[in-house]
Amino acid sequence: MKRLLTFLLLFVISATVVFGCSRTGGNQQQVLSIYNYASYIAPEAIAQFEKDNNVKIQYDTFENSDALYAKLKQGNPGYDVIFPADYMVKIMAADNILEPLDSQKIPNKTNLDSRWINQTFDPGNKYSLPYQWGTMGIGYNLKATKGEINSWAAMFDAKYTGKVAWQDDARYTFAAVLIYLGFDPNTTNPEEINKARDLLIKNKNMITAFVPDTGQTLLDQGEVNLTMEWSGDIFQVMKDNPNLRYAIPKEGTIVFSDNMAIPKGAPHKELAEKFINFILQPEVGATISNFTHFGSPNKAAIDKGLIDPKDLNNPQIYPPAEVLGKLKFLQDVGKATALYDRASTEVKAGAGK
Amino acid sequence: MTKTKLDLLVRAIGKKWLWVQAALAFAFLYLPILILIIYSFNASKFNAVWRGFTLDWYGSLFSNAGATLATSSSAGILPALSNSLLIAAISTALATIFGTMLALALERFHFPGRKAVEALLFLPIIMPEITIGISLLVFFTLVFRIVENLTGIRLNLGLPTVIIGHIVFNISFVTITVRARLAELDPQLEQAAFDLGANEWRTFWRITFPLIWPAIFSAALLAFTLSLDDFVVTFFTTGVGSMTLPLLVYGMIKFAVTPAINAISTLMLLASLLLVVSSLRVQKS
Repeated sequence: MKRLLTFLLLFVISATVVFGCSRTGGNQQQVLSIYNYASYIAPEAIAQFEKDNNVKIQYDTFENSDALYAKLKQGNPGYDVIFPADYMVKIMAADNILEPLDSQKIPNKTNLDSRWINQTFDPGNKYSLPYQWGTMGIGYNLKATKGEINSWAAMFDAKYTGKVAWQDDARYTFAAVLIYLGFDPNTTNPEEINKARDLLIKNKNMITAFVPDTGQTLLDQGEVNLTMEWSGDIFQVMKDNPNLRYAIPKEGTIVFSDNMAIPKGAPHKELAEKFINFILQPEVGATISNFTHFGSPNKAAIDKGLIDPKDLNNPQIYPPAEVLGKLKFLQDVGKATALYDRASTEVKAGAGK
Repeated sequence: MTKTKLDLLVRAIGKKWLWVQAALAFAFLYLPILILIIYSFNASKFNAVWRGFTLDWYGSLFSNAGATLATSSSAGILPALSNSLLIAAISTALATIFGTMLALALERFHFPGRKAVEALLFLPIIMPEITIGISLLVFFTLVFRIVENLTGIRLNLGLPTVIIGHIVFNISFVTITVRARLAELDPQLEQAAFDLGANEWRTFWRITFPLIWPAIFSAALLAFTLSLDDFVVTFFTTGVGSMTLPLLVYGMIKFAVTPAINAISTLMLLASLLLVVSSLRVQKS
């Protein structure tokens, strides 16, 4: 009995001692914990917030919104601000993972462009505010195209046979084809989905690969001449490879926004709101967008001329109004997801190598 | 063809073929590492195309050492590496001690439930890692909730939980490695020591330990390696501010895995090579 007691005591002591050190001490500086993509914020912005508020920022990184969700689903390990993508805001809000934002504490939200707020994934911006946005367009090699392209039609042009890559994700690839055919990218109409499928199957010999977000690498290596890819990914390789270009097709395309949100159980909710408000300052928002080269939803920053004119005048980052109107968010299509999955399987069974 | 002729032919070709096969096996193992090293000197920000020689990536590792930002492409690598090494060191030490004790208990003593313990031991190896990761996460969340309700102290995931997670799967590997050695050990050696008046403690340190230490050492090495490159269990048990190197690399996929990662891998490779060479030297002298 005595031995058992000693054993239990030892166990309890060792368990608590180990965890004792993991608590953040109260006498130290406050630490604001941010969970975001790697290299997705300007270092100056972080340094400034740390200085202004005498806090320390802990910047951890994840690889995609799904990983973020997996991490937070079982309970918040202590993050204050997270950056979920548009569709993920909807999932997280429905799962009760997000803390509603106190809009009174975030007066700078009025700086945001009305285009980017009050979207279907978060009506009234109850849980999230936009951070950066970008598009899913065509990355291409100027040497092969011998000129600029501006239409999804190029992806079906026979002269690029065997040098075209689409996205592995069925929803994105089908969204592009649906837009090209003049349909809604979020359609639940099986006929329209089948038409998109048939067009892809008809052109199956042209398609080299369905890539999991690695189109920029294939493009850079010369494996493909055209690839459907995120804008930011192509811009990164363009710095290295002067032959590469990015186009937002004139028919329109899919747009994404990454958003700032506060997860339930955030240890420093007020500081987190302060941080979101800080990011929405025109100057700070501009610093960040000038660093990431993604679109800024901060209208005040654009109006005040704080965005790097090279980016602002680049139609691939800030497309002209008529194209801007044709950009659509990918939305949850509910049961129709199965239709997309089946159509995509049928395409892949015939295409690719 | 007569049988002897065939034998000669086989021997003549076979010997050469053996060399070819050995070369191929080594190439298969080491060419990727060689390419990784070469690309650490690549002037491009991406690991795709060679664009000239540079030492910048090595410089970048150390220029912003100590910075708190994980934002510029190389910041965050050194803190992540130190987290990885810390986790690997502590979890290896503890798993080796516990694993060796367990191996001794299973091999030398008969106690009720021994078979059950043996079977349980294999579970962390058989179970998919993701199952271990998720069950650890659920377990920790539950325990933390209970502790908070009882004492009001709020605990969070962090380095300690990652270390516990790594000990969980490392214990099995250590136990199995050490047990194999113990099974070969003649129990009469220990009995002789008892006969000559040594107690259990003394027998262990004078007889058993010197005979099994190579197994303990290789078990520790195995545990260290497994811990250093573990992703799944780490992902689920990590908390704020305890990024490890594999987590960081994976997080970079969204934009680009920069050659700074190649640079740090090359340096780690060099360090482990030095370790191996020096330990061989020490053993010789």
